Amino acid sequence: MKAKGTIDQQTRHEQLGLTDDQAIELYRYMMMARKFDERCLLLQRAGKINFHVSGVGQEAAQVGAAFALDRQEDYFLPYYRDYGFVLSVGMTARELMLSAFAKAEDPNSGGRQMPGHFGSKRLRIVTGSSPVTTQVPHAVGVALAAKMKRQKLVSFVTFGEGSSNQGDFHEGCNFAGVHKLPVIIMCENNQYAISVPVHKQLSGKISDRALGYGFPGLRVDGNDVLEVYAAVKEARERAINGEGPTLIEAMVYRLAPHSTSDNDLAYRTKEEVDANWEKDGLPRYKQYLLDCGIWSEQQDEELQKECTQIMKEATEYADNAPYPRAEDTLLHVFAGDGEDAQ
Amino acid sequence: MAMMEYIDAIRLAMKEEMALDENVFVLGEDVGVKGGVFTTTKGLQELYGEDRVMDTPLSESAIAGVAIGAAMYGMKPIAEMQYSDFMLPATNQIISEAAKIRYRSNNDWSCPLVVRAPIGGGIFGGLYHSQCMESVFFGTAGLKIVAPYSAYDAKGLLKAAVRDPDPVLFFENKKCYKLIKGDVPEDDYVVPIGKANVLREGDDITVISYSLPLHFIMQAAEELEQEGITSHVLDLRTIQPIDREGIVEAARRTGKVLIVHEDNLTGGVGGEVAAIIAEECLFDLDAPIRRLAGPDAPAMPINPPQEKAYMLNKDKVKTAMRELALF
Repeated sequence: MKAKGTIDQQTRHEQLGLTDDQAIELYRYMMMARKFDERCLLLQRAGKINFHVSGVGQEAAQVGAAFALDRQEDYFLPYYRDYGFVLSVGMTARELMLSAFAKAEDPNSGGRQMPGHFGSKRLRIVTGSSPVTTQVPHAVGVALAAKMKRQKLVSFVTFGEGSSNQGDFHEGCNFAGVHKLPVIIMCENNQYAISVPVHKQLSGKISDRALGYGFPGLRVDGNDVLEVYAAVKEARERAINGEGPTLIEAMVYRLAPHSTSDNDLAYRTKEEVDANWEKDGLPRYKQYLLDCGIWSEQQDEELQKECTQIMKEATEYADNAPYPRAEDTLLHVFAGDGEDAQ
Repeated sequence: MAMMEYIDAIRLAMKEEMALDENVFVLGEDVGVKGGVFTTTKGLQELYGEDRVMDTPLSESAIAGVAIGAAMYGMKPIAEMQYSDFMLPATNQIISEAAKIRYRSNNDWSCPLVVRAPIGGGIFGGLYHSQCMESVFFGTAGLKIVAPYSAYDAKGLLKAAVRDPDPVLFFENKKCYKLIKGDVPEDDYVVPIGKANVLREGDDITVISYSLPLHFIMQAAEELEQEGITSHVLDLRTIQPIDREGIVEAARRTGKVLIVHEDNLTGGVGGEVAAIIAEECLFDLDAPIRRLAGPDAPAMPINPPQEKAYMLNKDKVKTAMRELALF
């Protein structure tokens, strides 16, 4: 990742229309997501929370995409590793931690769902489930509704490469293509679907599938936050201009096991994982910022401290927050449930 | 008040709701230009345009999933499944998604969706154009399921379904489409979801059913009255949430209960109705609860003798009712 472009002396982020502050902001959210992930792993190992599913190694793709969207208007349908994404569109570490601890105040689900199952109407993060890829048709439906209501917004949806084999991916893409809907469909190809490596999932490129649905598909380096930002920004412009969907395949690597219940070294080697840590988008982007002269080791240290403090406070808050009440188990099956009792 | 066919009542309900609320739209296979393979949506595209009466790709999970997405955004989609037999690819979207959206988001998001799907045989549809799919979805909390038997109920229940803030499966009986006619008010009425309806009062036996078989039951009840047997007939109207009070009240009335549905016997709605009666009023019964339902064959064959053997009819129902009365 070279800081300076060859044509002129603008930095890469400047060429993309990002100020220095914005470029640093990207890094802040990547770091925040990383620290959240690290904290949750510790909490699970310490027996404080039951489960964690990691997004480590995918932060660059997630944050780059989020910053290219309109975070006041667009609709988001993230998948379960997208901590970097949801943090970037406004969810707080405290809110995520409330979900990790399954506490009543969790805005995602009131402590009902596993961590990583995001949802917030306020932030236009559409509630998600565990059966993978069901969110792709939902994103298409949001885009269809937005088009019908003549709203200038896009829906943005993510999923993994294993999930891209589900029928809902294909059915959703086809529907979006036929109706030229403002939806951005981004696969975070992290090379593993739990234990199954990508060569047993796919014999071609996911991005090439877009051809069959009549819209552009492109593959980007998901460890390069600016490359993802550029691709999603362009896709958004196309969508807003009525030119329809875009499929983006962001190439990343799942640096962590599938979840805290998984032992990844049963199916891949430490050497392979170590080699991919060398490509980690986080230190790579830090180096870019240093090369640009807009970041320093001292600032980095301060940021890490700040993130650690945020996580500490979020953990304390969530740990002390009350669980949902057993007597509320039957609330919200249907509208109006519990109104009689209140 | 106009005399109209069951299918016309369904169409009228959509037409009225689309006029009342611009967020209501219809999507499905062949619903647009053709007006549906049964003509259920005929003329609606001319009235409301291609966007609001949308021909979709042949892709049931997308029809349901896109409708769910639009509903979460704030639209009121009516998704048509051409035959209920073909809605199985959409089952994941309906059960894992639509049914759980309000619950899993702790009331933050909702899914005001209607899925219309024709059920039932007796039309030489063979295995895959004749099935009743309600038991696949029955028992999934978060879904409402309605199955009208008359033109009046078809209009009123569909309008209620469209206005409902939660997902509703509307199982319309395809044999009723043209066979059943009735008076349908042209004004704006709804039939409330969740309430059963007494179709006929009697003191000897109680028959509980929904959808097409009620017509056989009503004919049989008429004939049995000449034999001195009076029948109390309860139309569930809504299969879920089921009207427990209405069921218990009807069962107590005579102490002899027959439950009838075209869907397979095993795992059907009838088993739950029987369980409710057993739990609530076993000692008011004068006879074992009887069930008459589709046989536990995978689905209905197309050849006439086997289709006839599979289907319910007035005579089968009448025999079961008489046997119970004489118990």
